[in-house]
Amino acid sequence: MAKITQIKVNGTALKIDADSQWTLLSVLRDQLDLTGTKYGCGEGQCGACTVLIDGVAKRSCRTQIGLVGDNEVTTIEGLAVGDHLHPLQQAFLDEAAMQCAYCTSGMIMSAAALLNSNHSPSTDDILQAMEGNICRCGTYPRIVSAIQKAAKAMPAPEKCS
Amino acid sequence: MSTAKNSQFQIEPERYELTAGPTYHFETDRRDFFKFLGAGLLVVMALRTTHAQESGSKGHATEQNLPKDIAAWLHIGENGKVTVYTGKVEVGQNIRTSLSQGVAEELHYPINEIELVMGDTQLTPFDMGTFGSRTTPTMNLQLRKVAAAACDSLIGLAAAQWQTGRAHLVAQDGKIIDPQTKRSVEYSELVKGKQLNQNLPAEDPLIPAGQWRIAGQSAPKVDGRAFVTGKHQYPIDQKLPGMLQGKIVRPDSFGASLASVDTSEAEKLSGVIVVHDGDFIGVAATDQALATQAAAAVHVAWKADTPQPSNADLFDFLKKHPVRSAGPGPEDFAPYVKGSVEQALKSAHHRSQQTYTVAYIAHAPLEPRVALAQWSGDNLTVWTGTQRPFGVRGELAEAFKIPEENVRVIMLDTGSAYGGKHTGETAVEAARLARAAKCPVKVQWSREEEFTWAYFRPAGVMDVTAGLASDGSITAWEFHNYNSGGSGINTFYDIPNQRIGFHPSRSPLRQGSYRGLAATANHFARESFMDELAHTAKMDPLAFRLKNLKDERLRAVFQAAARKFGWGARKTVEGQGVGMGGGFEKAGNVATCAEVRVDKQSGEVRVVRVVTAFECGAIVNPDGLRNQIEGANIMGLGGALFESVKFENGKILNARFSKYRVPRSSDIPTIEVVLLDRKDIPSAGAGETPIVGIAPAIGNAIFDATGVRLRSMPMVPDGLKTT
Repeated sequence: MAKITQIKVNGTALKIDADSQWTLLSVLRDQLDLTGTKYGCGEGQCGACTVLIDGVAKRSCRTQIGLVGDNEVTTIEGLAVGDHLHPLQQAFLDEAAMQCAYCTSGMIMSAAALLNSNHSPSTDDILQAMEGNICRCGTYPRIVSAIQKAAKAMPAPEKCS
Repeated sequence: MSTAKNSQFQIEPERYELTAGPTYHFETDRRDFFKFLGAGLLVVMALRTTHAQESGSKGHATEQNLPKDIAAWLHIGENGKVTVYTGKVEVGQNIRTSLSQGVAEELHYPINEIELVMGDTQLTPFDMGTFGSRTTPTMNLQLRKVAAAACDSLIGLAAAQWQTGRAHLVAQDGKIIDPQTKRSVEYSELVKGKQLNQNLPAEDPLIPAGQWRIAGQSAPKVDGRAFVTGKHQYPIDQKLPGMLQGKIVRPDSFGASLASVDTSEAEKLSGVIVVHDGDFIGVAATDQALATQAAAAVHVAWKADTPQPSNADLFDFLKKHPVRSAGPGPEDFAPYVKGSVEQALKSAHHRSQQTYTVAYIAHAPLEPRVALAQWSGDNLTVWTGTQRPFGVRGELAEAFKIPEENVRVIMLDTGSAYGGKHTGETAVEAARLARAAKCPVKVQWSREEEFTWAYFRPAGVMDVTAGLASDGSITAWEFHNYNSGGSGINTFYDIPNQRIGFHPSRSPLRQGSYRGLAATANHFARESFMDELAHTAKMDPLAFRLKNLKDERLRAVFQAAARKFGWGARKTVEGQGVGMGGGFEKAGNVATCAEVRVDKQSGEVRVVRVVTAFECGAIVNPDGLRNQIEGANIMGLGGALFESVKFENGKILNARFSKYRVPRSSDIPTIEVVLLDRKDIPSAGAGETPIVGIAPAIGNAIFDATGVRLRSMPMVPDGLKTT
């Protein structure tokens, strides 16, 4: 089985020792101690394990490490810049958009992917983008509010002239 | 309170535990406290001892008057650090925050400088568990008393230091202030170099809710930043050097016994340990992939216990298989009788009878059960997610035949529970593997294991009969619940003749506690039937309820919900319907109104708007309470519309999120919450009761929209069939 020895996570190339078929989730959690990304179901149904790969939301429990290649992985630990929280993290705090907060990392990463591709999403856009993330505590209305708030707080991308 | 609530009876003690936990526990010697806490002021709340004892300045506590049972303790260190110890646990209900608010209020201390140590059996006082919405009415009160006593002590210390009277001294933001001389002294200064040990005075006056400054205000989740940055360490995130990953080889159906097992192939794998002990078969390996591979390499045959009941014949089975052993004694299940139902039914203007059912549903906490176990000689430490750390300690002690004091269970704020994390099987599994492996082992249940080997909310059948007078008064009420439980079974409507009974059954599936437990089933049946009776009496459902309801608190929530909802407004949209449901449980009053839209072509039912009014006495954390009420409605919506555990012959058929539907973003209605803050009434818990109103409100709204009456939860797992 092919061995994978390095991946790029949160802007840094990190050494790993993994079989190519292992999941990105297990490598992040068990080898790199990046435990903010959570196991929830193992079948890509709950979204707790969501990370960004080149800015796009991916379920790390269904992503084989061998397929990640040189692409940039971003986890919840890589969103804040120093002590400065990402607008989504701040908005989740401001809206108290969590209870047990086990889903929060995945929620924020799915929302980050949405805002990467759509900086002013409608409510329907948000509901559609977040449909794959389960919050069993039921904080969905607050999560939608937090994403709307973060979208407003984030600078709009520069327009092409 | 009306007579309805005063006459509240308990048909069955709630089934919060599958098996009774140990009733004994071991005490901590208070002299040990200062060893790990350092010098300072220690205030201990004893449950039975009422001696007010102050040991003065320096010196150790004597054993005299040491309490036999301790509920909570609080320590103020020389560095000003305030640490509070409670056996309660945080499962997402945000009691870490609301309890901190209570302490901050009474201690006059900044909330962010108070640390709560929770649910660690070595550090915190014994506690039965975090369930039954008991934290706010009991622990919040106890911690406030402890904090008030600490504050009282500090005032005494300042008065002694300044050689002045104490009556005019005030506590404020971590300082004692003498307004006459403008002197002030920090708490940390007052306790420096001392080992002060104080029992809680019997009656410490607490700050009335009307004068709260910190409690009563919305407070953000304590340590919220750790949760949005992924830094919070859940039980699943725990790690130890040299740790192995465990995997259990499960039977292929419930009740199956081991026929044969061959572990030789698994044992040949490098880095794998295999344990076969009775019916327990498990493996531990250096990583999860290897553990999964090793478990698959164990060749095992099970002897199935068949046939077993299935979904299709469940309700018939429950009614035909009564048991008498679910509680302390048969007398607990004697029906509640008032007046004569028979005579009242005979003379009733109208008689009605209906049957309602609820399915088994799963808690599905997003963090599955997980435990990390480490042995050191005969001493065992387990990190796990549980609502009963002391109960799990007892299970471990029993399983390994070691004294409880050898076992330490550490519960880190876990990824939710909803009544589903009372038992310690994962802890026992991890500890069994760790003992064989001679190194720490973590067992993390897969989602399939969680959906299969955890316990479920009981399914149940409710038979209801009522008699109506010509003016719409209910004159007779007979209510029987089979299997799902006694909580919330008594009616709060004023009915002169009643017979109410709970009948435990032999449950085909392992069942236990759940958020709201049987109150959801009993409220679904009662409040749906109330709607049916209102239509029979040709009365508006709100007017019908109010005609038969005297309790002022409950009337207030029904009226508040209806007002906010715009009850009685004309329908404007095709397929629109409105309904309400509410009740009283665990000292909380709830009323929920729901609006649905039913697409008569496709049968799709959408809940578009929900208004819930809730009153649970004096509100501690308004936004935390709103969050709980919103979440309860959303969780309740799942059970009302589509959640159901499907099973056949001892096997679960939908043990995945792709097959077991839970509420998602697109299912969510607009939710509005009306809070009634009764500062004159002691605070009650709110994690459970807000869940009971939504199912009947939705069912009644579907009837209003379509004329179709749905009497089984889940009501529309596959859409509404109107033909």
